[in-house]
Amino acid sequence: MDSMWVKILAAVVMLAWIIYLWPRAKYWMKNSPAPKEGDWRAALLPLGAVVLFVMLLIMMVR
Amino acid sequence: MNRLDYSVMRPIEGAVSGNKLIKNTYLLLSASLIWSALMAVVSVAMAPPPGIAMLTSLVALGLLWLVLPRTANSPAGLWVVFGVTGLLGFGLGPMLTYYAALSNGPQIIATAFGGTGIIFLGLSGYALTTRRDFSFMGGFIFAGMLVMMIASVALIFLNIPALQLAIAAGVMLLMSGYILFQTSAMVNGGETNYIVATVGLYLAILNIFTSLLQLLGAFSGDD
Repeated sequence: MDSMWVKILAAVVMLAWIIYLWPRAKYWMKNSPAPKEGDWRAALLPLGAVVLFVMLLIMMVR
Repeated sequence: MNRLDYSVMRPIEGAVSGNKLIKNTYLLLSASLIWSALMAVVSVAMAPPPGIAMLTSLVALGLLWLVLPRTANSPAGLWVVFGVTGLLGFGLGPMLTYYAALSNGPQIIATAFGGTGIIFLGLSGYALTTRRDFSFMGGFIFAGMLVMMIASVALIFLNIPALQLAIAAGVMLLMSGYILFQTSAMVNGGETNYIVATVGLYLAILNIFTSLLQLLGAFSGDD
């Protein structure tokens, strides 16, 4: 029963974060500028490097 | 008589204020990360109950929600930053204690810590040197964060390990994107308040660290 209350409290905390984030998310979903040519490539390049780096870290701790 | 052409000087002024913003943000971020790590160590030593993470998260959220918007433009905002980062650092205690108890726990924690630092420095350095505008990612990042949070609520009740790992990987990528987004906003004038910028970057670093900890813990074969 106690663990159920902990779960409910955790869900309430998470919902509070969602409510906190909502106005900012709404603003950026409406007002994000359109990407120019090459913008996504420039963003995906470092993000791809992060993925490879995390895979390397995982291999290190295995 | 003195006809100085200020239109020529304006870009220089913009660059100087941008550099000052970046310098102040990184100084405050460094101090708040050290403070947060110190609070995490105190938390590990005190061994508070696991529910403390939720409580500190709730109080930190209250500060971010109700106090920071009123103090972000004053020196009092600095105290709010240290309050938020100290609370969230303290909330890390039970998680660190859990991972430290694994057979290769210290290695996992050290790897997650070092990995987070390298990811942050790499992404920030990339955004600072390319000076590219990543504001187009804003909608994607914030929508993604909402999706991850809703999935996290479901995870609390469903307890699916694969979903937990998918969320950790998703959060990791979104927060990496957020570092690019926030750093480019500082470079290109989209963000002018170093206190707000620091809090955003701190939250991204914290989320990358906890996600990396989960991923390394799960794939180390000991979690």
